[in-house]
Amino acid sequence: MLLTVADLAVARGGIALLEGVAFALAPGQALILRGPNGIGKTTLLRVIAGLQPALRGRVELPPEGAAYAGHADGLKATLTVAENLAFWARIYGQRDTAPAIAAMDLGALADRPAQNLSAGQKRRLGLARLLVTGRRLWLLDEPTVSLDAASVAMFAASVRAHLAAGGAALMATHIDLGLAEAATLDLARFRAKRSAPGRGDGFEDPFDGAFA
Amino acid sequence: MLALLLRDLRLATRAGGGFGLSLAFFLIVTVLVPFGVGPEGGTLARIAPGILWVGALLSCLLSLDRIFALDREDGSLDLLATAPIPLEGVVAVKAAAHWLTTGLPLTLAAPVLGVLLNLPEAAFSWLTLSLMLGTPALSMIGSFGAALTVGLKRGGLLLSLLVLPLYIPTLIFGAEAAKRGAEGLAAGTPLLMLAGITLGAVAILPFAAAAAIRVNLR
Repeated sequence: MLLTVADLAVARGGIALLEGVAFALAPGQALILRGPNGIGKTTLLRVIAGLQPALRGRVELPPEGAAYAGHADGLKATLTVAENLAFWARIYGQRDTAPAIAAMDLGALADRPAQNLSAGQKRRLGLARLLVTGRRLWLLDEPTVSLDAASVAMFAASVRAHLAAGGAALMATHIDLGLAEAATLDLARFRAKRSAPGRGDGFEDPFDGAFA
Repeated sequence: MLALLLRDLRLATRAGGGFGLSLAFFLIVTVLVPFGVGPEGGTLARIAPGILWVGALLSCLLSLDRIFALDREDGSLDLLATAPIPLEGVVAVKAAAHWLTTGLPLTLAAPVLGVLLNLPEAAFSWLTLSLMLGTPALSMIGSFGAALTVGLKRGGLLLSLLVLPLYIPTLIFGAEAAKRGAEGLAAGTPLLMLAGITLGAVAILPFAAAAAIRVNLR
């Protein structure tokens, strides 16, 4: 298993969002998180990436197993595309950035400063960063924002190649990537029960009380 | 680690990197002081070590909020926190990059600007030595302050208020060493205290700053 999540509860700003989340990812599997805005998809991914502590529960993944890609791409505006990518490659102890540049079709842009890229091109560079991490588990938060249809297909192809090479991916996205092999997890059923004052249904959970 | 250092140095020297900002501020302070105090050579010579130290400290303060805030804004800090290098190492490397782009140029510029303040000849080497020993502490303490305020939008004011009291011991011993050197007295004790502050800051503060960043990333 590349990732095992058991009875996980996460909170944002002191308010419990999700509880009882449990799933596992084996090599070659992809899981798409779905749910309305604010349900806690980003918070769940940040907890799994280790950026935020969990309220309860367990996240098991191999040490240095995951690469996280959030809403921001982590690009430096004054560095060129090739320099940005080479920096992240060296941080992860990799040397070769050529396959990542080819996979995201950035070859023609390699010497352009990142500040001159369009939003979609920046996103492609942000996703190319995943390819140079060499990590087996990808944690992707809205990876397709500002990508056009062709770029989404290109991204889906690199996810498929990653899965075929024994990797796994956990992503929060609202659009259909055309990944037939990906399972979907609807987070709505894990929504934390909040004991709003005066709700009047007689249900009071002491755990929720701590966050009310 | 080396990649991070090289990236920060490259970013600082590219357009908009803020490399010249501290140096320009230092120049302005030392040029303006003779106009404010008056051109009387004896007075200037007496206050020169202190003015140069205060100027260097304020110039250093000016560039602190860039250390982590820019990386936080573009998401790099999240990615560095999940990268295979320890966050303590990230802090230490970024403080080193700050010193190389701020403290070291200030140290090298100080004797030149000392001429404007009629700094006594005997004081030049002592001033350079004290700045060389003291400015790494300014960068390291400043990185800690920047780490504490990294989650705040426009946290520059809070950062200055937090860091200034922590800078005072460095300033006292640094300026004292330069002043004693200028007067031909033994400057060994303040220099040793200064080196102690720097070594202590470098040993302890990367851990404190990394802990502060972890809390602020939540």
